Amino acid sequence: MSPDKPHKRGGRRMDRPPAHSRFKAYFVHHLRSLIASLGNLYRHPFSNLMTILVIGIALALPAGLYLALDNARSISSNWDGATQISLFTKLTTSNEQAREMADRIRLYAEIGQVSVLTREQSRDEFQKLAGYGEALDALKENPLPAVLIITPTDAHAHPDAARRLIQKLQQLPQTDIVQLDLEWVKRLFAIMDIAQRSILVVASLLAMAVLLVVGNTIRLDIQNRRDEIIITKQIGGTDAFIRRPFLYNGFWYGLFGGLIALLLVGSSVAWLRGPVENLSLLYQSGYSLRSLDLRSTATLLLIGTALGLGGSWLSVGRHLKELEPR
Amino acid sequence: MIQFHNVFKRYPGGHEALADVTLQLGNGQMAFLTGHSGAGKSTLLKLISLIERPTRGQVLLDGVNIGNLSRRRIPYMRRKIGVIFQDHRLLFDRTVYDNVALPLIIAGYRHQEIGKRVRAALDKVGLLKKERVYPITLSGGEQQRIGIARAVVNKPPLLLADEPTGNLDPVLSLEIMQLFEEFNQVGVSVLIATHDLERIANMPYGVFNLRDGRLISNTVPAQEDSDHVA
Ligand SMILES: Nc1ncnc2c1ncn2[C@@H]1O[C@H](COP(=O)(O)OP(=O)(O)O)[C@@H](O)[C@H]1O
Ligand SMILES: [Mg+2]
Repeated sequence: MSPDKPHKRGGRRMDRPPAHSRFKAYFVHHLRSLIASLGNLYRHPFSNLMTILVIGIALALPAGLYLALDNARSISSNWDGATQISLFTKLTTSNEQAREMADRIRLYAEIGQVSVLTREQSRDEFQKLAGYGEALDALKENPLPAVLIITPTDAHAHPDAARRLIQKLQQLPQTDIVQLDLEWVKRLFAIMDIAQRSILVVASLLAMAVLLVVGNTIRLDIQNRRDEIIITKQIGGTDAFIRRPFLYNGFWYGLFGGLIALLLVGSSVAWLRGPVENLSLLYQSGYSLRSLDLRSTATLLLIGTALGLGGSWLSVGRHLKELEPR
Repeated sequence: MIQFHNVFKRYPGGHEALADVTLQLGNGQMAFLTGHSGAGKSTLLKLISLIERPTRGQVLLDGVNIGNLSRRRIPYMRRKIGVIFQDHRLLFDRTVYDNVALPLIIAGYRHQEIGKRVRAALDKVGLLKKERVYPITLSGGEQQRIGIARAVVNKPPLLLADEPTGNLDPVLSLEIMQLFEEFNQVGVSVLIATHDLERIANMPYGVFNLRDGRLISNTVPAQEDSDHVA
């Protein structure tokens, strides 16, 4: 009540601020709640830090696993040895002819290396590998052909290009069978597929954990500010108004949790980088451990923030109803 | 302003706190609500301020039946009512200024406007100099006046007070009562619950008297067609 101006008689109409000023006030209020909630976090540093750390660890685990998988993928795609083609000559082909054939094939643009297993070498290999020693000894004739082991150039190592090369090799008169040794690559990819799904499962479980942790923290926060909520409702605060500071708290929990996760993953990568580089030098590969790129970083922060907001939304929705002044 | 038509309130425990109460308070009227402790005074005020809903009967506020108001509209209706509690209900982690500003922030007023109105309200209750302190450092009478400043800062057309002088000495009580009279003089409807019959005996206002949830006497002059007086 302003002391100098008489109130409109009976006060039937309410003096409400004009629309545009309410609009601006709305944004100012948003900004102030956002900053106020930050101050609120700062006021209870210990318990909030615990919450943020838990969120950070929960986010760091799947992020770290994802990064490990990403690295495994990029290592395996860097592997030149990944594609190898075995060309079995016809039994009528002599060792000499096989060598000549190898010399011709070596001239193809697609080919990196060709080595020859003579018929005798094939036989020795087979004996060693399969333990068919006696069976082979029993035969007078050597049943095994000469084999060309062909490695395509990097540019033609990709499964599609390799398949075209195989067709070409299949046309050669002395070729019996051409085989692409992709089995182990396929297996590796299958394993990585399983790994990726497992990471997804772990990530979903931990996301749920983050929701619960944020929800529980917000619930305690609501309990601590019970009186304030009831008073605010009593003097006409809408649910949205009351919900806002708690949502902002959730926002900060999620964002800071995401930052902690980044920090954890980043420092783990830094810690592993030296040993990995040493190892890759031993393999003469010059491979360097990859860290989270910009997109993954943004995704991680986004997911963290979304989980923080989501957790507080669920919690506030549940617990504000209980505080309806009754 | 306020109309009760055959209102009953039964609490979940089965206790009937109000029974068949019919009364009205016109626009700009001031009245007292009396009765022994447990008579149902607080319950009656809670029905008006939408903290409780009537079990039967109608409660009209400004011609609107608030008994079946939707949840969404309740906050806006509450903003038309300034409520003053015996226990003040202040926020102790906020300054006097922030406490009084709360209703204006809720209603979405501009920053400068909030400053002006808060200072006007604090000036009115004589606590302008205390705007920066925390309520905990103030006396009971001062805290009550902050509660009043908060209730009136939004210029609501109706003020409700539940035993506002219950904890105060006679001099302070008189000051508080005078404040209410001043608000009433500028057109605000005022309803004050009290069990202090001595204090109000020689005041020129009507009295609703409750006993065990029933209205046993009513000396509030009826206003003809009260909704059109404004
Ligand atoms: N929330 C409640 N639940 C159950 N009974 C209540 C509740 N509030 C008040 N009562 C009962 O209703 C009656 C009226 O209470 P109240 O309105 O507070 O009276 P007054 O304010 O006149 O002392 C009392 O008997 C009280 O015990
Ligand atoms: Mg009472």
